[in-house]
Amino acid sequence: MIDFDYVRANDVGDALSQITKHQAAKFIAGGTNLIDLMKEDVEQPTRLIDITGLPLNEIHETQTGGLKIGALVPNSDLAYDERITQRYPLLSSAILAGASPQLRNMASTGGNLLQRTRCLYFYDTATPCNKRSPGSGCGAAEGFNRMNAILGWSKSCIAVHPSDMCVALSALDAVVHVSSAKGDRAINSTDFHRLPGDTPEIDTNLARDEIITAVELPSEKFARHYSYLKIRDRLSYAFALVSVAAALKIEEGAITCARVALGGVAHKPWRVPAAEQSLVGELADRKAFSSAADIILQGAIGFAHNRFKIELARRAIVRALEQAAAGTPQSQSVKVIV
Amino acid sequence: MSVGTNSIGKPVSRIDGPAKVTGRAKYAAEFSAPGLAYGVVVSSVVAKGRIISIDRSAALAVPGVIEVFAHDNRPSLPSSHEKYTDQVAAPGSPFRPLYDGEILFSGQPVALVVAEELEIARFAASLVDIRYETEEAVTDLDTQIDQAFEPPEKRAPDWDPPARGDVDSALSRSPTRIRTEYRTPVEHHNPMETFGSTAVWNDGRLTVYDKTQGAPNCQEYLCSVFGLAKDKVRVLSPYVGGAFGAGLRPNYQLFMAALAAIGLKRSVRVTLTRQQMFTLGYRPQTLQTLTLGAENDGRLVAVKHDAIANTSRFEDYQEPTVVWSGALYSCDHSTVTSRLARLDLFTPCDMRAPGGAVGMYALESAMDELSYAVGVDPLELRLKNYSERDQNKNRPISSKALKDCYLQGAERFGWSKRRPEPRSMREGRELIGYGMATGIWSAFFVPTSARAILAPDGTLEIACATADIGTGTYTILAQIGAEMLGLPLDKVIVKIGDSDLPSAPVEGGSWTAASAGSAVVEACKGIRKELLKHASAINSSPLQGVDVADVTIVDGQIRMTSDPSRAMPLSEVVMGLKEPIRSEVSAAPDERALEEYSHYAHSAVFAEVRLDEELGMLRVARVVSAVAAGRILNPKTARSQILGAVVGGIGMALHEETVIDHRYGRFMNHNLAEYHVPVHADVHAIDVIFVDEQEHRLNPLGVKGVGEIGIVGTAAAIANAVFHATGVRVRDLPITIDKLLELRQPTSNHAA
Ligand SMILES: Cc1cc2nc3c(=O)[nH]c(=O)nc-3n(C[C@H](O)[C@H](O)[C@H](O)COP(=O)(O)OP(=O)(O)OC[C@H]3O[C@@H](n4cnc5c(N)ncnc54)[C@H](O)[C@@H]3O)c2cc1C
Ligand code: SF4
Repeated sequence: MIDFDYVRANDVGDALSQITKHQAAKFIAGGTNLIDLMKEDVEQPTRLIDITGLPLNEIHETQTGGLKIGALVPNSDLAYDERITQRYPLLSSAILAGASPQLRNMASTGGNLLQRTRCLYFYDTATPCNKRSPGSGCGAAEGFNRMNAILGWSKSCIAVHPSDMCVALSALDAVVHVSSAKGDRAINSTDFHRLPGDTPEIDTNLARDEIITAVELPSEKFARHYSYLKIRDRLSYAFALVSVAAALKIEEGAITCARVALGGVAHKPWRVPAAEQSLVGELADRKAFSSAADIILQGAIGFAHNRFKIELARRAIVRALEQAAAGTPQSQSVKVIV
Repeated sequence: MSVGTNSIGKPVSRIDGPAKVTGRAKYAAEFSAPGLAYGVVVSSVVAKGRIISIDRSAALAVPGVIEVFAHDNRPSLPSSHEKYTDQVAAPGSPFRPLYDGEILFSGQPVALVVAEELEIARFAASLVDIRYETEEAVTDLDTQIDQAFEPPEKRAPDWDPPARGDVDSALSRSPTRIRTEYRTPVEHHNPMETFGSTAVWNDGRLTVYDKTQGAPNCQEYLCSVFGLAKDKVRVLSPYVGGAFGAGLRPNYQLFMAALAAIGLKRSVRVTLTRQQMFTLGYRPQTLQTLTLGAENDGRLVAVKHDAIANTSRFEDYQEPTVVWSGALYSCDHSTVTSRLARLDLFTPCDMRAPGGAVGMYALESAMDELSYAVGVDPLELRLKNYSERDQNKNRPISSKALKDCYLQGAERFGWSKRRPEPRSMREGRELIGYGMATGIWSAFFVPTSARAILAPDGTLEIACATADIGTGTYTILAQIGAEMLGLPLDKVIVKIGDSDLPSAPVEGGSWTAASAGSAVVEACKGIRKELLKHASAINSSPLQGVDVADVTIVDGQIRMTSDPSRAMPLSEVVMGLKEPIRSEVSAAPDERALEEYSHYAHSAVFAEVRLDEELGMLRVARVVSAVAAGRILNPKTARSQILGAVVGGIGMALHEETVIDHRYGRFMNHNLAEYHVPVHADVHAIDVIFVDEQEHRLNPLGVKGVGEIGIVGTAAAIANAVFHATGVRVRDLPITIDKLLELRQPTSNHAA
């Protein structure tokens, strides 16, 4: 772990000018990911800019009937906020499927979006990793890759994005609001994370000198027909092997709108619009769900230890859609899968 | 022995509990000293080869860095491996930290950076530039099966009992035969408290607070390695935040702290990171083959068990893996063998029920497979093959209430509701499976000393060098002292975890309750004798002429057992003491009892699993563990031991595995986010039963110890339940989703 400075930012402008001035600086929010990576010498910022004092910890109504969530709202507060549990239960459920209560108390909305992969090689500086050390090679491709990608990977990196929250945000078509010294912009959550390509060291489309200020949820809520189903190696406190955020609108038995996002399978939450389209107008049944799953998993290719995730994902998609259709979403406290 | 039910057998809460939950209890790395410096260990990133250069200039340039120790500048150390041995060492050449530049395993400690502050040391450690010449490391056990060998020097001859009968011809005659292979992975102990040592330097004397299961073992080690006289070194381990065997041998942070303290003539603390916890000993990987031959009704004709486990290049670590298969069931023909294969890893280290946990997983899985092959209920099969004698030695077992474990456990679990067919029980989407297994573990009594001092104010001090690794040693020793002298529990002070105290073996093998407990009994007997002398000397004492064997001290009275009317208040005698009464003894087992009888604790474990078959998600819905372990000194702490061990068994069955990337010879999931142990959500109802078992021969207390028996059999019970639920037999622990799915499903066509 390297020697570093620590400063607090007074407001967003201050935070932005600090990050612009110091090339090797990083923001710190909850610190639950960044500190771990610093202890492993994976991240080596020479300066930490503490943004926890910024006024970004509230949830506001938007004019279009959605919600705007400040980047510093803790994951726990967000998951238990009544506006979220009532109107966007899919998001609440996904957050509660992640980490542990203690971590969720510390973790922030912005930090969750920017948490880095849990690929074992990324975390171990004794091994090669293109994401950590571009050009050194990918340790996972021919190594231990049980938790790695089956979709959208590249020759240089097969890592997955580990977040649960982001899978729900993707399914809900949330928008990420960011600011920089140059001004503000909005990034669709589906475009926020990127595929690794030849530059796996870059996780997202957020620039180094930008700060996340808020995440906006559009008015479409899917409060009736949703489920977040997370399949993992133990019943809590484990990253997803595969997770599915499913959301449906059903009228008279037929699907009028569908969203399916997968976690644990790619470098970003995985959505396939064609699959969602294929469900529209169909009866909400296993047959329709299976063919949607087939479309989503087209081109999936696994590695020595994670091939099973292809079939697992297929089944999890079908189940999550069944849960959503039946209005019996997966409980995150009772671990029995319905 | 005249014991009432004053204190022993009561579910007393831990006497060290309040100190622990309020933070008053200090652990090894919480002790401080004037001028304390901090050491951070630099670990090798390669698994095999040698160091060709160390550039420490950048590290030394950091203000506050005191020294960077490595093999090229360390204080003088003995070359003889012998000097680095310890009470628990396996046969071979113990590792010599910082001795030379040879790299024997990935994560090997190669340098120690000492600085004025921990943060400085940690930063500087990242600047030490070490160049290696690397050689290819071999860490894949599967590639070394041909090289497996029988260790020339045995750690314990009993673990490889001679063959009896003629297994091969018996097998060929057997109407039913099964031959199966089981695999268990490397597991790391991962106690909550990471290893740490605070070495306090005081004018040539070294006092070390260490996380260890054996303060005397560590003291001897330090004296031997650093050539110090015994009176110059004291090791203390007052509290230990879990160990599970990881603290049996002196770990390298102890060596490092002492080396730096001696080299700098200054106090130094060295703690390991969680990642470095994966560079210590571990449960070895095993490949096991079980062959059972049986009559059509399930009676065993032949048992063959072969195990291959890994060890390091430099020590022949062995554990009792196959011995149980020869001992447990009635069977005339048996051959059990164990072999080792060398890998470029650190030496394994005993982990909760070493050998037993993995060996009994294999035997009890095979017994389950046999039960289906012959169509006999698994419990019935065990009862059919029940043996009152130790089959290996053909001698009686001093006490064995295993039958009661089977019957009471089955009753409590509702085993009779089990439908015999696999896949025949379900509820909603979930398949339900019932499985059971037997557990067995040796009951030991190892020579141990203890001291008791009764002060005129009526307080009793018990002292013994043994440790409490969270097991409840403090509490049971206090209970025994209280019982022996008829005192309330809060009048007893227990001092343990200190090499200056009367000597004790390492706290392990589930022998501490029996051994330290017996030593306390004997020490207290000495006090009784003295008390009786004092009592008799009092004018017109009703106890004059009474034999000490006929005395009971209970309810504040010293009484003649055969004539309770002859009694006097204990307080009267104690208050009259001019000085404390002291009694120090060495307790040892009755050699004849050890010769003539075998001593085991037993258990029967029943598990229910529920599985969403489509998704492979598995839950252990409940476990009943019925244990026969002689006398239970404290049902509360004993139950905790079984609960914890059952959770360990769930972890062994479903979660725990340290994965090795053979290209780098390196454990890859070296943190607690990726090395999975069960969390609360994975642990449901666990019901512990202690069946009544009268043990009279092994030790004066009739105790067998309960630290390990709870894990033995648990993984098998769960694996057997998984088979019953699904019809799928996973023979490779842990049982994970991929294995459950892939066994059902031929490999998919999406392979890269
Ligand atoms: C053991 C463990 C298990 C976990 N399990 C799960 C799990 O199952 N599912 C899951 O989803 N997550 C899991 N997590 C991850 C957890 O959700 C993240 O660590 C957390 O969300 C990160 O938030 P933070 O505020 O602590 O981020 P920090 O650690 O403070 O920051 C993370 C990154 O984001 C940057 N950053 C933070 N805020 C901003 C901002 N507003 N603008 C720009 N940059 C910013 C920081 O510079 C840093 O690079 C787990 C974590 C641990 C340690
Ligand atoms: S998958 Fe990506 S993160 Fe993992 S080792 Fe390869 S390059 Fe690094």
